[in-house]
Amino acid sequence: MEFVSQLGSTTLDGLSYLGSLAALGARAAYYTLVAPFRGKPLRLQRAVSQAMETGVRALPILSLITFFIGLILALQAAYELRRFGAISAVATAVAVTMSRELGPLVTAIVVIGRSGSAFAAELGTMKVSEEIDALETMAISPIRFLVAPKFLAMMAMLPCLTIWANVMGILGGSLFGVAQADFTLVRYIQASIDSLLLRDITTGLVKSVMFGITITAVGCLEGLSTGAGAEQVGRSTTQAVVKSIFLVVVVDLFFTVLFFFAGN
Amino acid sequence: MTTEQILPASPIESVLSLRNLRVSYGEREILHGISFDVARGETLVILGGSGSGKSTLLRTLVGLEQPSAGEIWIKGRNIATTSAAEMDEIRKKIGMSFQGGALFGSMTVGENVALPLREHTHLADSTIEVILRLKLEQVGLEGFEYYTPSQLSGGMKKRAAVARALAMDPEILFFDEPSAGLDPIIAAGIDELILELKRAFHMTIIVVTHELASAFLIADRMLLIDKGNIVALGTTEEMRSSTQPRVRQFLDRIAEPEVSGELDYLQMLTADRPDAHNARGKRG
Repeated sequence: MEFVSQLGSTTLDGLSYLGSLAALGARAAYYTLVAPFRGKPLRLQRAVSQAMETGVRALPILSLITFFIGLILALQAAYELRRFGAISAVATAVAVTMSRELGPLVTAIVVIGRSGSAFAAELGTMKVSEEIDALETMAISPIRFLVAPKFLAMMAMLPCLTIWANVMGILGGSLFGVAQADFTLVRYIQASIDSLLLRDITTGLVKSVMFGITITAVGCLEGLSTGAGAEQVGRSTTQAVVKSIFLVVVVDLFFTVLFFFAGN
Repeated sequence: MTTEQILPASPIESVLSLRNLRVSYGEREILHGISFDVARGETLVILGGSGSGKSTLLRTLVGLEQPSAGEIWIKGRNIATTSAAEMDEIRKKIGMSFQGGALFGSMTVGENVALPLREHTHLADSTIEVILRLKLEQVGLEGFEYYTPSQLSGGMKKRAAVARALAMDPEILFFDEPSAGLDPIIAAGIDELILELKRAFHMTIIVVTHELASAFLIADRMLLIDKGNIVALGTTEEMRSSTQPRVRQFLDRIAEPEVSGELDYLQMLTADRPDAHNARGKRG
């Protein structure tokens, strides 16, 4: 009986957390899409600098990680494929796996580590030092001022980063292809492109946009709900990372199932 | 409307009126029915120990906390029931100086002060620049607009925060612990600034503090709050000469923390202060 009531209250907590995320997302969407046409301009400049930070500055580390992942994928695929003498299928295996799954997912995880945590820390520090309260007393909505530019930046940058990650993954795979599977670089890349269908890329991009929304919502919600004291900022940051990773995987599963049964 | 019969000033004459204000955090009620009025141009100092509810009161007055019952009238509107859009209009007429300044670290001092003007007015950049200089001059920070908040000392941060609060020419200015964390000389400078604003602009000022010396210097009237109830409300003279045990306990405890002579010691031992021990324990 104890267990059932525990389970019930945990479920309710989880649902109410999802509700808060949705509410934050909806308010940010209002300030991004509706309010600019009602005389409350969007902070575009802020969104651009946010996009620089979350997108462009993530490129070096993301490139390196996805290059290695592409190489690992090629090695792992080749281990199985060479038993059937189908080692030339490595290019297809890497390209499809990267575009459909690992490109978006690894990008999301890198972005969680770099930006999701930074959002929580930034907003948490602002909460603790009463800067969020100051915005409210100045009749400036913290959602419009701080959260909406982050949403815009992430929704624009995650698909871009994902495409970049796909390319780097394929290049990583090509290293194995050229060294061990008798490909030339051009032929490997040609084989990768030939194996990809448009929907392999679009499903990955749809997921990446949803990941962007999830990461921003969790990071900002954790930051804005920081309690009093500096140690709470650390707690919020940790929570933002853990919850984002979990929710990104859940969102990933949801869309993968959806695409699977929709024939995509 | 029995409360209005009890309280002399009607909501129309005063800038700010509270009627039976109650605030709760969850199940716990912090403020148990607070009523008072603040007249135009008056400086009211809200005194109270830690955990007395004075900060909650201030946060409720500027709309950061929602009251569970009662009325708060600012400019003829009850902010306890008003819409979000109306609340924003009221907020443009009030200024708030936070305890630590609450300046935005990613902006310069100038951008901080100009922020409300840029957000709420359609003034040209050159006009905003002029207003910005003027406000910084008022608080004694001319020439500091290109500094970031991290380059300022504690006292300067508070001054910059006051400049930002003044940006929209507010009718009511709120201060949260203006002298907290400052050395006595800097704190005296902030007191002087508040007096200056009072003299020069006849601004209605509400200050929350537990610094008695500063309170007696700047206040027209004082309100002592304890455990979520008003203990006393009166002019500085009335407070000084009050014989109410809680008032004496609060004033004496902080103003004379050390026993200076044999007579004081005897008085302390024999004074009728039943709650002295409890309250002292609570402070820490």
